[in-house]
Amino acid sequence: MAAGILDRVSEALAPTAISAAIAHGILVLTLAPEALTPVVGRLQSEFGFDLFLDVTAIDWLPQTPRFEVVWHFYSTEHHVRIRIKARVAESDAVVDSLRPRYGSAGIMERECHEMYGIVFRGNDDLRPMLLYEGFVGHPLRKDYPKDREQPLVPYIK
Amino acid sequence: MSTPTNASLATIPIHAVGEKSSAFEYLTTKKDELLGWARKFSIFPYPFVTACCAMEFMAVSSSPYDTDRFGAALPRFSPRQADLLMVVGTISHKQATVLKTVYDQMCEPKWVMAFGACATSGGFYQNYAAVAGVDRIVPVDIYIPGCPPRPEMVIDGIMQLQDLIARSRHPIVNKDF
Repeated sequence: MAAGILDRVSEALAPTAISAAIAHGILVLTLAPEALTPVVGRLQSEFGFDLFLDVTAIDWLPQTPRFEVVWHFYSTEHHVRIRIKARVAESDAVVDSLRPRYGSAGIMERECHEMYGIVFRGNDDLRPMLLYEGFVGHPLRKDYPKDREQPLVPYIK
Repeated sequence: MSTPTNASLATIPIHAVGEKSSAFEYLTTKKDELLGWARKFSIFPYPFVTACCAMEFMAVSSSPYDTDRFGAALPRFSPRQADLLMVVGTISHKQATVLKTVYDQMCEPKWVMAFGACATSGGFYQNYAAVAGVDRIVPVDIYIPGCPPRPEMVIDGIMQLQDLIARSRHPIVNKDF
């Protein structure tokens, strides 16, 4: 049954994707950033992917486009997962927010924004969550110096 | 004049006078020794517990190891009533403001214990998020290494802190009073 739903999703959405493949039992769709909202809309409404699991990013520093944003969804009806990837450039690291469709996306988009600097268009609450106001830069980017500290309390020596 | 039979066992000099020679009429000691002796057996800890070292803190403060033997049993969750700030776990830069506030709220005399590798040096967190040792923010009196420390190490640390307190100066009147 799990294979059946993934085959149907793959068949329906492969034409809009750059690539579609099965990896470790998960359907992986690589999209252009503009295709995200329509594809996710169909996943949610037609194929029952009702649970937003995660959004994060990967920094492929020497490559262009530099960032790859990765989403995971789960279907509580079919018990399968799906992974969506989209590449964005450093100069235009913007993708659509999925908060209008999945309420839980807001928090994870905030974390992805502060750690990687990805801007989620449509999410108006991208305040720092794990970091703090005044933190300069995005610490999980590969070009953030690994020992750079931004202390809030002045050191005593 | 009869000599008290237990005089040889006394550790604090006893000056017995006259017929009431077997009673503790008065003691002589030094102010710093007396206050140090009193303070080293009444260490009220404030556990500032942020991470997995908390498990070891619970182990060391419960009955098998029993820090009550050292007078350090009663955690006070108000910094105003605490003598010893036990920093147990990783301190992030975001949390450092809270730690500094708690330390500033504690009344003198006060001591700080860095409990575990993260509080001592940052441990393996050498990155944007973690403070590499709480001695960058508050002065630390005793460091306990280990990830997490064994209870014996914590007890040894408490005993070394007691020695430190016993040896210290204890000014009653200072520049502020």
